[in-house]
Parts: sequence; C-alpha cells; structure tokens
Amino acid sequence: MDNFLTGREKQIVRSGDTSQKIQCAKPSLAGSVSQRACVFCGSRVVLYPISDALHVIHGPIGCAAYTWDIRGALSSGPELHRNSFSTDLHEKEVVFGGETKLYESLSELIDRYKPKAAFVYSTCLVGVIGDDMEAVCRRVSKEKQLTIIPVQSPGYSGTKKDGYKVACEALATLVGTSDREIPKISINILGDFNIAGELWLLQEYYRKMGIYINATITGDGRVDDIRNAHKAGLNVVQCSGSMMYLAKIMKEKYGQPFMKVSYFGVEDMSDALYGVAKFFKEKELMENASLLIKEEFARIMPVIRMYKEKLQGKKAAIYVGGSFKAISLIKALRLIGVQTVVVGSQTGTPEDYALIQELCDEGTIIVDDSNPIELSQFVKEKKADIFIGGVKERPIAYKLGLGFCDHNHERKEGLAGYEGMLNFAKEIYATAMSPVWQFTR
Amino acid sequence: MLLRHTNDTIIEREALTINPAKTCQPVGAMYAALGIHGCLPHSHGSQGCCSYHRSALTRHYKEPVMAATSSFTEGTSVFGGQANLLQAVETIFTVYNPDIIAVHTTCLSETIGDDVNQILQKARDDNYVPEGKFLIHCNTPSYVGSHVTGYANMVTAMVKYFSGKSVTKKNQVNIIAGWCEPSDMREIKNITSIMGIKTILFPDTSDVLDAPLTGHHEFYPKGGVTVPDLVSTGDSRYTIGLGPFCSEDAAVLLENKCKVPFDILNLPIGLEATDKFVMALSKAARVHVPDEITEQRGRLVDMIADMHQYFYGKRVAIFGDPDTVIPLTEFLLSLDMKPVYIVSGTPGNKFGTAMSALLSEKVPEAKFKNGERADMFLLHQWIKQEPVDLIIGNSYGKYIARDENIPLIRVGFPILDRVGHSHFPITGYVGGMNLVVKMLNAILDKEDRECREEKVELTM
Ligand code: SF4
Ligand code: SF4
Repeated sequence: MDNFLTGREKQIVRSGDTSQKIQCAKPSLAGSVSQRACVFCGSRVVLYPISDALHVIHGPIGCAAYTWDIRGALSSGPELHRNSFSTDLHEKEVVFGGETKLYESLSELIDRYKPKAAFVYSTCLVGVIGDDMEAVCRRVSKEKQLTIIPVQSPGYSGTKKDGYKVACEALATLVGTSDREIPKISINILGDFNIAGELWLLQEYYRKMGIYINATITGDGRVDDIRNAHKAGLNVVQCSGSMMYLAKIMKEKYGQPFMKVSYFGVEDMSDALYGVAKFFKEKELMENASLLIKEEFARIMPVIRMYKEKLQGKKAAIYVGGSFKAISLIKALRLIGVQTVVVGSQTGTPEDYALIQELCDEGTIIVDDSNPIELSQFVKEKKADIFIGGVKERPIAYKLGLGFCDHNHERKEGLAGYEGMLNFAKEIYATAMSPVWQFTR
Repeated sequence: MLLRHTNDTIIEREALTINPAKTCQPVGAMYAALGIHGCLPHSHGSQGCCSYHRSALTRHYKEPVMAATSSFTEGTSVFGGQANLLQAVETIFTVYNPDIIAVHTTCLSETIGDDVNQILQKARDDNYVPEGKFLIHCNTPSYVGSHVTGYANMVTAMVKYFSGKSVTKKNQVNIIAGWCEPSDMREIKNITSIMGIKTILFPDTSDVLDAPLTGHHEFYPKGGVTVPDLVSTGDSRYTIGLGPFCSEDAAVLLENKCKVPFDILNLPIGLEATDKFVMALSKAARVHVPDEITEQRGRLVDMIADMHQYFYGKRVAIFGDPDTVIPLTEFLLSLDMKPVYIVSGTPGNKFGTAMSALLSEKVPEAKFKNGERADMFLLHQWIKQEPVDLIIGNSYGKYIARDENIPLIRVGFPILDRVGHSHFPITGYVGGMNLVVKMLNAILDKEDRECREEKVELTM
C-alpha cells in the first residue's frame, strides 16, 4: 500500500525544492479517500452563525442532519441558527419536484419563528431534480414580506471553497439594504465565526482601542447589522479562504477598503491591531493598540516561555481546511518551540502554498487534498509528535501514537488572540506530553 | 438554551422536519460494510456525502473510518457516474488494495439514474477487478427510509453476492446482526461461544471499530466477517436475524437463495429479548443452555430484584432506531418502568405494531410515532406537556435533557460526546446489567443531588 495516488504527485512538494510548484484547486480523484467536503458544507458553515436568520436546507434529510449544530458558533442573542430545518425530500418529490414542499416548509417556519431573514440552501439532489428554488423564494418573500435568500450550493458543483464563494454572494445581496449612520472609525469583522466565543475576545480588543464594531460576519451575526455593513470604514477580513470574496465585492460596489489579517498567534494578532490602527490614521488608536499589546505580552509571554522550554524540539504535522490558516499555525507553533514538518490543506491557494514553502524549514512536506494513507506515511517519515487537524484525522493520529489538537470547528477552546495563544500552547503541551504515549510503544 | 423555541402546543406540521431523529441511508451502508473483513466502503456520489458519513462514524466510534468516493462533479451530474466509478475501482484496488469494495449510492447517483449493478459488471468484464477480489453494491437512496434502511440494504447485499450452497450442510448457525455496537456484536459472539455453537455473525464490526492503540494505523483492522464465512452462510443449518428492520430482508433472501430457514427476533436487549435469543440458539443448534448462561441470567434478575423499587413507575422517553427501541421498551416494561414517549425517525409499520402490542395494556397513555416528523422537536413537545424521569437516546437528547433537567443515558447512534458504547454492551444478560446500572446511576445521582436534605439516604 505504499503506492501514492498516481496523478497526485504534483499536489505534493517539499520545501527547499524550488523546481516544483504545487498544484491545487484540483477536483479529487475518483476513488480517493479524500478528506474534503462539499459546496453545501462550505456555504452552510459560513452562513449558519447568523443567529436571527432561518436556515432551511432544501434536500434529503442527511445533508441537514450532518450539519446540525456541528460547529460551535456562539450567539449572544437568538439561537435560531442552531436548529436544523430540512425539507426532508422523499421519493415523491424526487419524481414530481420539491417546490411545493419547500413552499410549505418555508411558510410554516416563517410564521412560527418570525426570523429576520431566511437562507435556503440547495443540495445536490435539488440541483438535479431542477426545482426552481429562486422562484419559490421570491414567492414566499412577497407573501411574507421577508428577505429570503436562495443559496445555490449543490455539493457536486465544487469543493467547500466554492461554497464559501456562494455564501459570500448570498451575503452580498443583503449588504447595502439599510442605511443607519454609524461612527467613522468603525469596522466590520469578516471571517470569524465565534467558535468558543473567539469573536467576543476580538471585539473587546477593538473596542478597547476605540473602534466601533459594526457588523460581525458571520460569527454572532445579525441580519440587520449585515444589511448595514457597507457603512463601516473598513472590512477586517480573517481567514482569507472564506470571506475574501465578500470583501472584494464590497470594495467594488461601495469602495469600501479591506484588510487581510489573522488573529491566530501573537505576532499575527498584534499585526492585525496595529494594521487597523494605522489604517484610521489616528494617533490615539495607535497608542491604545500599543498599550493593549504591551499589556497582553507582559501577561502571556512568561507562560509561553515556560511552554516553549518544555516543547522545544517537538515536531508537528498540520492538515487543515484552508492553507491560510496553516500559515498562522506554523508561526504560532514556532513561538512555542515546535517545528512544523508536514503542512497540508483540503483546499489551498497557490499564493499561500508559496508562502508556506518560504516559511518552512527545508524538507518540510507540503501537500494539497491529502488522504489518510499519505498523511500517515508523511507523519511517520517526518517523525511528528503532534498532529493538528480536524475530526477525521484525530483518531488516525491517536492510532499512530501522536498527540492531537483540533483546529477545526469542533473545538470548545478559543484559539484566537492572546488568550487563544495561551489556550493553544496549553493544548499542545497537554497532548504532546501526555503520559499515555509512553504506553503505546 | 438551544431549544428555547420549543413550546408545548403541538401544531400539525405539514412539510417540515425539525431536528431530525435519523440520518440518511449511506451511513448505515457504510457501517455495515465495515463489518466485512478487508472491505473499503465506497460512496458513489459527491464527496460531501462521503465526508459527512465518515465524520459521523468517526465521531461516534472515535476510530479512523475509511471510505472512498466517486467525487462527482458538475459534469458527472449531467453525463452520469460510470466513468467516475470505473476510475474509482481502478484507483482503489491499486492504491488502497482492499479485498472487497462495497459500493453504495447516494441521493445524487440515484436521481441521475446510474445503474451501479451494470457499471460494476462492466468493471468486472473489463478486468478492473484483480483475482480474488470482489465488488459488491447496494442502492441507498436517502429519500427513502433512513440510515437503518441503508444498513439493511448492505447486509442484504452480502447475502446476494456471497451466500452459496454447496452439497454438504454445515453444523453452524447464521446470526445477522441488526445495527448495534461492536461491543454488542462481541457479546453476541460471547454468548454463542459459551453455548458452544459455531456461528457466523454478519456483519461484525468488533475488532474493526474498537481497535486497540498499537502505534500503527491498520487500514483494514483484524475484525470483520470474512468472505469464505459469508459464502458458507448458505450451508448453515439455520439463520437468526436480530432486529427485523435490519435483518429480515437478508434472512428472507438467504432462505430463498439457499433454503436456510430463519427466525427473526429482536436484538437481545433486556431480559426477555435475551431469553428468546438464547432459546432460539439452543433450538437452532440443538444444544442445551449451559449453566454459565443461566447464571448470567440469574445475576441480572438478582440485580433487578435488589433495586426494583427504584424503577417502579419511572416515566421514560426513548428515541432511536426501531430495532433498538423496541426491545428496550420491552425491557423497561419488565423493570416496571413506564416508557411513555417513544420516537423513531425510521419509517415502517412494524414499529407501530410492535409498540401497540407492548404498550396498549401496560401503559395505555404512552405516545409513540415513527417516520416522517417523528423528530426531536415532537419528543420535546411531549416532554414539555408532561415531564419524564429519564431520557434514553443518542447525544442529540442532551439539549432536551439540559433544558428540562432530566437525566439522559446515551444509547443508539450517534453518540458524539461520551465513550463506552463501543466497549460495554447493552445486549445479552451482561448488557442488561450495564443498562440497569446506567439507568440507576442516572436517576439516583439526580435524586441524591436534588432531593430535600431529610430525604438523602446513604444506603439504597
Ligand atoms: S445527498 Fe443524500 S446521501 Fe448525501 S448526505 Fe444528503 S441525504 Fe445523505
Ligand atoms: S448531497 Fe451534495 S450537498 Fe448534500 S452532502 Fe452530499 S455532496 Fe453535499
């Protein structure tokens, strides 16, 4: 079984080998045990944190069941988003179409929950039976006087990343539909989903600096704020994978500038705060930012140093959803003395991979759209101690006797900001140093 | 407060499922296929489905779950999935090298009308399948049935593809396992081995989804029913199907195909169901029930007797798959508890019939419903109307449990937030004791925590 998937060689490179450029954004090979998800999944995870909207999945039950509250996106208000609403299509609808059922479901739900808006997701099946979802949405929208946004996300139409784009398009239809005046020094936070309350932490930082936070898209998101999002002075976009597209649309449409940041790791976090402060060209903001950062550093660095001493020399393998996230991870790991020896993502971009290649030590394996066999082999070859990945990688890592840290949506500890760095260091330490690994040899 | 939107007035819902108590067929087919040794499940459809199903199983078992996908694209949905499936078969045998590929369909491949049977035949004809390797398949359109249906379909495919009849009968009994945990399958094998009966249990996920940590990742763990064993099921003396929803189709097919007579029982959950299972085994294999089994039974009865006052009259809500829920209800009745609300997302008339038979006299006030709109939302509404003392079901029950402050014990699929289900059975007399202990702990812990000071008892 040490045969690599033929046709995949170009999706694997080693850092230091400049002769090769990684190939990515390729559909997975049929027959591979791919770790990738679908378009619908992408749209759903991005939009679902909008907590006062109704999210209805038009399709068979499974697609809805699997996305029911799997991502711990917290809300400080309504929690309508955490329910799973599905039209549960059956054979009858497959033959005769599901429009009636969608119409009825939507009407019923709107009457019952009085949401601020509704998102209706199409799945593979709907794509194929050819329901005119948009027409149904228009009709209900008129009858109920409510914004209903169709999200065209049949799974086969691409990867999770394409789903992000679809979600951004859906959001773009909402932006600009209200005109509430807000302070000049204001931002929208794009691309944080408030996993484990991370967003609240970021809001706190920005507020301390004296910045008004307009819309949060989509973590702890509200429909009315998103409608007004075009009013903010700046879009601060994290995790380029999911929300860049929306930022670009907003720039084009409203001339609204954006800034790409990462909140993961102290370096990136500080860069973000300074960057935003610099953007508004206010001396006070800059001072506040530097004060905040100084305080936070003084608070966390001694602890971080302690972890670093203990973790020095450990090696990590990373396999995450988007390549941008991997970059921050590499830096954050370095801060606590851990060297990254394998980096991969389900859906990466060439730019990010190039940066990773630059960032990593020679010989680091870089891989796009990997599978369990490959990953196991890389990990063994590189003698990694820790694996950072998602749900499907966790048990494999454990079986190999490796520590594991979940950097996906299923975690309960916030990893963003300064506090997040502490959590991260603690988690890595706890898993890398666990006595259980002694018993596996 | 996830469920603050739930209230107690029940409105007839026309079209809508809220918080489903079931998932889709392929995940069942995938689970069943993992119960064959050296088998790689394959999902014929888009990669999203496969990814979800693997994640669902991974979360439940905390084990690596391998499955391949045809990775449909926009073009596939127009031109059909033949090219993808053929390529997949080739890729899988060269790269992952399983003994068997078990293909199941998805909503998408079903709807575009792929004829998987014919595509697989083409794969065989065109030499895509190496010597000694196999392709099997079943259809699992999710808009019909539920994950339980998918499981049943894959089990039936095992009979369809493998069961054969030779000249000599073998002195062995087939046991078709309904959907239960690896621990339960192990316990079923324990019982038959204590009774000294040669059995073929299929599917068998023990030693597949409860593999030990060794420092290696076994792509194909050591467990699972083997192909020669599956072939020989046609020569067995008798078949016992455990759980009508999951095993009946396969048992019927096996009788038609190889003339092996069968009996369909409930999964051996609880005292009576286990009694029936043991009796059926003893009859089928013509052996006496050994003392060891009788003693196991005696210990369970003893435990119930010791604690029966604490069970009396306790109101219980149960949700889950029919093959589990039916014998569980029966067990609760024999403990003198009151299963008052029972919900299963899996459709099928057998459920209602079984429930009426069990409950109409003993708990006439009981409410039960299965199939469409028998979801967690309905269950919650019932509980709001009149509360219960205990909830039994999968992890999704925790929201109701928390909102209403009712203890939950986790039984069924999926269990995403606890361990133990893969290791401690609920089947057999041993499993019965596990259940008793779990229920008592849940009820009494709450009692101890919340009862008035003067009611606290040290000895119970
Ligand atoms: S499309 Fe069908 S098979 Fe795939 S996840 Fe949805 S319900 Fe399940
Ligand atoms: S059917 Fe399509 S939309 Fe649904 S899970 Fe599968 S790939 Fe995704």
